[in-house]
Amino acid sequence: MNARQVILDTNVSLSRYPFRRLPLDETPKLVAKLKQHKVTRALAGSFDAMLHHDLGAVNERTARECKEYGGGILAPVGCVDPTQPDWREELRRCHEAYRMTAIRLHPNYHGYTLADSAARELFADAARRKLLVQIPLEMEDERTLHPRLKVAPVDWRPCAELAAVGPTLRLQILNCRLFPAIKAKNVWFDFSMTEGVHGIRRLTDSVGTSQVVFGSHAPFYYWESALLKVTESGLDAAALCETNARRMLGELP
Amino acid sequence: MTIWDLHCHPASFGGRTPEESMAELVKLADRMGVERLCIYLSTLAHTDPTADQLRQHNDYILRCVNHFAHRVFGFVYVNPNHVQASLDEINRCVRDGPMTGIKLWVARRCNDAAIDPIIERAAALKAVIFQHTWLKTGGNLPGESSPMDMAVLAARFPNVPLICGHTGGNWEIGVRAMRPFPNVSVDLAGSDPTAGFTEMAVRELGARRVIYGSDTGGRSFSSQLAKVHGAAIPDEARQRIFSENLKEMMLPILRAKGVRL
Ligand SMILES: [Zn+2]
Repeated sequence: MNARQVILDTNVSLSRYPFRRLPLDETPKLVAKLKQHKVTRALAGSFDAMLHHDLGAVNERTARECKEYGGGILAPVGCVDPTQPDWREELRRCHEAYRMTAIRLHPNYHGYTLADSAARELFADAARRKLLVQIPLEMEDERTLHPRLKVAPVDWRPCAELAAVGPTLRLQILNCRLFPAIKAKNVWFDFSMTEGVHGIRRLTDSVGTSQVVFGSHAPFYYWESALLKVTESGLDAAALCETNARRMLGELP
Repeated sequence: MTIWDLHCHPASFGGRTPEESMAELVKLADRMGVERLCIYLSTLAHTDPTADQLRQHNDYILRCVNHFAHRVFGFVYVNPNHVQASLDEINRCVRDGPMTGIKLWVARRCNDAAIDPIIERAAALKAVIFQHTWLKTGGNLPGESSPMDMAVLAARFPNVPLICGHTGGNWEIGVRAMRPFPNVSVDLAGSDPTAGFTEMAVRELGARRVIYGSDTGGRSFSSQLAKVHGAAIPDEARQRIFSENLKEMMLPILRAKGVRL
């Protein structure tokens, strides 16, 4: 990989993971790590969004944290729970008050599926507002979850159908261990949880070369995992690290 | 940094022959800066192998070792449900052959004294002893050892160096379970690259008891190398974990076999 290659990391989280402290769970420390490795932008959600009911406060903190400690590279990503009362106001604030370009959903922690009508309404509204919708299928390996809080991964299969909501809906699946047979120009995947021999090549084969983007799932994961995967893949680093993500964000044609 | 990998499965690399699979594994190891590889198992299919299946697995690994002797160390696959067959395989592959370690997987839990003749024979040959462990939130396989089972084994053999595979997967529990047993080292391989794993292992066990491994092809090299490259530990500890600890553990049997590094 070219030493000057910059990176757009589509998958980082702020605040505290509910079940352990992480070495980089203070924003300045995370930002220092990202800058050390030429990350010029990172889409930052919040671990708080997994279990907190007051998502309005979570989103406000995420936006403020990015502004105050983001070192100019953190782009805040809000969370909306379409099963909560008045969720449209949360979506409006994300878009209009905090100028977010993406929201991140946690259907498995919030108790709905991607096939539910609530989810479909949210997708339609997000599409109207041209917001990227990120869906982490899981936050942690099921086998290591806290025994009192077992949360199964999100079922990705309705995604294939959701992708057809309209050309303006842009979906990004995060933390995916599988190689789903979805080939849609408006569905992207990060490779934070992609594993095995030639894992990234298998993923690009199954979802399309242009649809795979850099995501570290830091600070939950060691950030270096994603970077090393680019090297191990032997694939086009510029596409994996930067240009595919910029197309996903509508910045490149 | 010199990197040795404690935990690789060449059969996942998709060649038509052991030699082809090994060539692919070595190509990726070169790309990722990994110098030596410990290899075991020819497929991940036989969790309770018969005597015949043990021989098939070990024949496969012998072919790999014979063609890549300068890069790999073979570990013989054994099964405590077939003690005599396992002892025969240890004799064939370690005492009379080139292998330098043994691999115990999920056929029978290691707290069971049925395993003892295998441990005794391996220890007598100074073979590296690797026992898979996991502690799955959803429950282990019936014959799958937990770190707490490993603790029982470690207490029975306080003078035999042992390796706790995967540190139990749920490493926050695994590290603690191994903490009282200075004869046990932990393997970092084969779980998600969750930040803090390596730091905790070094804090609680000391860097001398922590060994890098990947579990590739079930895993990538990358996610597992990141556990060491990305950990906030001194470089001296990083080098220990990446190769020196394993080297020291393997030196006695390598010397006995007249292998020079
Ligand atoms: Zn393994």
